[in-house]
Amino acid sequence: MNAADDFIVRGDNLTKRFERQKLDTITALDRVSFGARPGALTALVGPDGAGKTTLLRLAAGLMRADEGSLTVLGLDAAKQPQAIQDRISYMPQRFGLYEDLSVQENLDLYADLHGVTPEQRAERYPRLMEMTALAPFLDRLAGKLSGGMKQKLGLACTLVRSPELLLLDEPTVGVDPLSRRELWDIVSGLVENEGLSVIVSTSYMDEAERCAHVVVLHEGHVLASGTPQELMSRASGHSFLAMSQRGTPARKLQADLIDRPDVIDAVPHGGQVRVVLGDREPLSLQDVTFEPTSPILEDSLMMLLRHKTDEQPAANAALELTRKDSLDHSEVVIEVHDLVRKFGDFTAVNRTSFEVKRGEVFGLLGPNGAGKTTTFRMLCGLLPATSGTLKVAGADLRRARAEARQNIGYVAQKFSLYGDISVLENLQFFAGAYGLRNSRAAQRIEWALDNFELKQRASSTAGSLPGGFQRRLAMAAALLHEPAIVFLDEPTSGADPLARREFWRRIGSLADHGTTIVVTTHFMEEAEYCDRIMIQDAGTMLAIGTPEEVRRQAGSGGEPAHSMEDAFIGIVEQGRERAQRQEHAA
Amino acid sequence: MNATLHRIAILIRKELIAILKDPRSRLVLIMPVVLQSLLFGYAATFDLNEVPYALLDTDRSNASTQFVTLLDGSGVFDRVANLSSAQQIGETIGKKRALIVIHLPADFERNIVSGRGGVVQVIADGRNSNTGNVAASYVTAAVDRFNSQWNELRGGPTPALRIETRAWYNPNLETRWAMIPSLIGALSMLQVLMLSALSVAREREQGTFDQLLVTPLRPTEIMVGKAVPPILIGLVQSSIIFLIARFWFGIPFQGSLFTLYSGLLLFTTAAVGIGLALSAFSKTMQQAMLYTFVLLMPMMLLSGLTSAISNMPSAMQYLTYANPLRYAIDLVRRVYLEGASFGYLLHDMWPLVIIALVTLPAAVWLFRHRLV
Repeated sequence: MNAADDFIVRGDNLTKRFERQKLDTITALDRVSFGARPGALTALVGPDGAGKTTLLRLAAGLMRADEGSLTVLGLDAAKQPQAIQDRISYMPQRFGLYEDLSVQENLDLYADLHGVTPEQRAERYPRLMEMTALAPFLDRLAGKLSGGMKQKLGLACTLVRSPELLLLDEPTVGVDPLSRRELWDIVSGLVENEGLSVIVSTSYMDEAERCAHVVVLHEGHVLASGTPQELMSRASGHSFLAMSQRGTPARKLQADLIDRPDVIDAVPHGGQVRVVLGDREPLSLQDVTFEPTSPILEDSLMMLLRHKTDEQPAANAALELTRKDSLDHSEVVIEVHDLVRKFGDFTAVNRTSFEVKRGEVFGLLGPNGAGKTTTFRMLCGLLPATSGTLKVAGADLRRARAEARQNIGYVAQKFSLYGDISVLENLQFFAGAYGLRNSRAAQRIEWALDNFELKQRASSTAGSLPGGFQRRLAMAAALLHEPAIVFLDEPTSGADPLARREFWRRIGSLADHGTTIVVTTHFMEEAEYCDRIMIQDAGTMLAIGTPEEVRRQAGSGGEPAHSMEDAFIGIVEQGRERAQRQEHAA
Repeated sequence: MNATLHRIAILIRKELIAILKDPRSRLVLIMPVVLQSLLFGYAATFDLNEVPYALLDTDRSNASTQFVTLLDGSGVFDRVANLSSAQQIGETIGKKRALIVIHLPADFERNIVSGRGGVVQVIADGRNSNTGNVAASYVTAAVDRFNSQWNELRGGPTPALRIETRAWYNPNLETRWAMIPSLIGALSMLQVLMLSALSVAREREQGTFDQLLVTPLRPTEIMVGKAVPPILIGLVQSSIIFLIARFWFGIPFQGSLFTLYSGLLLFTTAAVGIGLALSAFSKTMQQAMLYTFVLLMPMMLLSGLTSAISNMPSAMQYLTYANPLRYAIDLVRRVYLEGASFGYLLHDMWPLVIIALVTLPAAVWLFRHRLV
């Protein structure tokens, strides 16, 4: 047995370049060497543009590397791509489900495509149904499934035959924590029970922690690789939990800390701030205590990236804003009372009431299909409510005069600016649509290009921008007219950890200057950046309050839940049990 | 008011950039119109030139020779064969060697001289009834001319009645003259409908429409901003076809440009109204395309472009009242060929105004009330 047999996939000095329209070439992978062991989970992690997808596509035999060698299942990926594809399964980021076909028809289609015999299907289907719990929905159209269920169906379609190697490209993007947990249980089950080998790319570090081996990529280079423990040990002694003695909210403390050059990373966590420091010594700050804590994988990743970029990435994300000192922070700017929205028999939002005060960051959390987006669209006046009242900045935007919309900014879930015109033209259009003119418009557009680092790309068509730039552009366009209230629907979905920190830094500075923020998110730890959060499931409001209060509500025996994610899953599961009991009683 | 105009102007600018930015899409707006007008001008004609005919002259008399000379000299007929027996007729027509066979029977001259009247037998290919008919009618005209010549020379009795047809506004009854001016409306409608039908549907599909609705732009402002660019493009296309008609095909323009463009403006606005209403009703671009295609065919058929509306069954005739193209074709033909003045065309204009007044507000309503 030679050494190569220890790896199911092995790449040596892989280089892959892409030529863009004009002169410039992008080196997606630059002399990358890595290995994945059989019967185990290997994670590819790294920020957007690190080369994760390229590496997976090379391994799937869908592209050839420009240089270097790649062996998959003992076969040369460059010479025998078809032989490899016959033995592996690959689930791309956007899996090609046929939205107009039912769940069953999608499965059958993929089984037909892979030539799975009826006998094999009889054996395979029940297993897949058991894993994915899709059995009750076999007749439902794939297009009508929630995001989490779509991903599960995609995985089921990928697994209609038994592959020797499974490649998953960011399988949990846009999937809520509950469905995410379920998906990972399926994948780990396959590895443990069937000895399947899996390579998965992800931007969630908690997912990478579940893998046996982690490869950290950054701009086409391998920054580090090893077991999660090996990687985490790099950060040992650097991780602390910081807490203010004066009762400063975690979000504010985080914002102060992350701007410091000696701080590598800071995120609010469980009412405190998780900090990664450059030195192993706690900082001596007035009224702030630092407790050493055990590192997590994200800490090491941030350290690795910091060594690479040499600059605190989120530091320059703070926005230049004019302070609105005269604002009254106790003023209620959003008032929702008994809001109901039905689509036919289906109740998307059920008797929901809440208030948001000026300058608050208000988070709407909930699994896919919980009614977050519906609530959002009603608040923005895009959808009429079935019953109940709502007031945004003193008016129901659906009935109010058009000028009332001057008060709000809206960033939709998916990129929804004009893809076929340039960044600058998009900004000019939205500036004009919000009534900004001449020098005022020019000044605000300049501000947007500067503060969102879009200057270099001003003349690129918006549709050709990488995802991270599109998200920044969308936010910039929504802020041109300095709205009093900003609505952001899943602004960080699919964003890497760096981009997310930048985003929250911007949100923090907006809120500090009196802008009210309403935001939905799938990332539970991000709830900690909010002043108050509301958890929705199946259209019903389950919890509302500060992150601390919500954690306490989810906790047992007076002890608050450890993390926001635990709190969220606890509350949603309690809510579902309650709903089931009520159904039985009725 | 000022703010409204500014917002509308901004939207129009964005729409025009989006439509015209790509050089390929600019080409798509102009080339098809040019090609189609040339195509229609040359190909879509019912006029016959050089009708291939075969002659079976069994009489071989003075009279028959005189008649054949008349046919050959008319410039319309082209003798492709001289048959020697009636048996050859079947094959000649069957194999499409000739469109018609003209048979002058052995007693042709005798019958004329004796006053019983000669017989010209015309055998036409009925498989293409239209062309056959037209060809036969040309023979009738030739017979008419033969009669008058004969009577003049031989001093025979003058027939009691004679038809003399003068086609006004199109003296030579050329199909092209009627066809090309109609295209000024018909061809531009095609793309105007498509552009406007896709405009809102595209934004809905890509999610940008929500983004538009949360700005202070009012639905009416969005409608105006969305309507003006396709109207402008439609007018440019109409102008291109007009120039081709006037200068390439040399069809003289009798009316006033003001009347022509007033009519075209109303027509394009009505067409854009239909397109925008369809677009606002559609959930996706695919749906919008489908609706447009389903609508286009009957709109073309029921417009009087190729077949006269007065020949349609009455139920169909009622349908044509809702078709803006019907009015546009009538209007353009009359301004162009007849030089009709504004006042004479009001009956074509007010229905267009009504169509626009129904469809445009419908689109505005659908912007906010069609839930996707």
